[in-house]
Amino acid sequence: MNPELQGRVYPPTEPYLVGREKVREFARAVFATNPINLDPTAAAAAGYADVVAPPTFAVVVQEHSLAQLLADPDAGIDFSRVVHGDQRFTSTRPIIAGDLLTATLTVASVKTLGAHSMVTAETAITDAAGEHVVTAISTLVIRGED
Amino acid sequence: MAAETAAPDFAALAVGDVVAERGFPLSRDSLVRYAGASGDFNPIHYRDDVAASVGLPGVLAHGMLTMGFAVQPVVDWAGDPGRVVDYQVRFTRPVVVDPVDGALVTVSAKVGQLDEAQAVARIDLTVKLGDDTVLGKAQVRVALG
Repeated sequence: MNPELQGRVYPPTEPYLVGREKVREFARAVFATNPINLDPTAAAAAGYADVVAPPTFAVVVQEHSLAQLLADPDAGIDFSRVVHGDQRFTSTRPIIAGDLLTATLTVASVKTLGAHSMVTAETAITDAAGEHVVTAISTLVIRGED
Repeated sequence: MAAETAAPDFAALAVGDVVAERGFPLSRDSLVRYAGASGDFNPIHYRDDVAASVGLPGVLAHGMLTMGFAVQPVVDWAGDPGRVVDYQVRFTRPVVVDPVDGALVTVSAKVGQLDEAQAVARIDLTVKLGDDTVLGKAQVRVALG
């Protein structure tokens, strides 16, 4: 793991169009039962333009930004040694079907603990207007050589 | 936004109140379904041989699946998924899903802190597989203003 990676900002990912059926599929996969996640009529009654994604849906968009980090030869991350340590989502507003989202990853910190490394990646997700929607923060632990 | 769905009464909450409890019976089907929905096709989440080859005790649930369903009792209590403004967890222990018996994960959601000025409730989750806690520092901030 390259310690000089701290502070690096990767280019914005290709825009991701949030589809209604993708939201519903994801909602069912995380055992969501709230009708605002599943039923456009219920979502409209609650004041939303379409179904609302579950709180962890942002990971689908974040994933594209993490792929940039993991594929960067300069980062030197061996994916087979990566363990997901922590995850956080901090939202300005929920993700709604129809959103066109772009993810920009910043390497917030790189730490070494003995043989292990820890990298914290902050991905800011913005909508088509450039407004902030949610920041997804992952801490990945890279296990040292045995 | 979301004014149409009644929110829990912030003023009536007290730290320590249990607001929701639910059990989630996971099967291998649940993992395959989450793999497809999320795009995380790491084979340790559906292939016993691959899980064994990297030294795991069995096929594991995706950490993000556990994080994803653990918040659902809070969403239902809050009445609207848009009220969840912040959610964090630490993955402390893997959830092994047996091919025949699956795994039962239980979630208990309790009021951890109340921010009166913002009308935000911090709900702390206890997420267990049997007697073992599988998520640490699992906290959901719910805006009830």
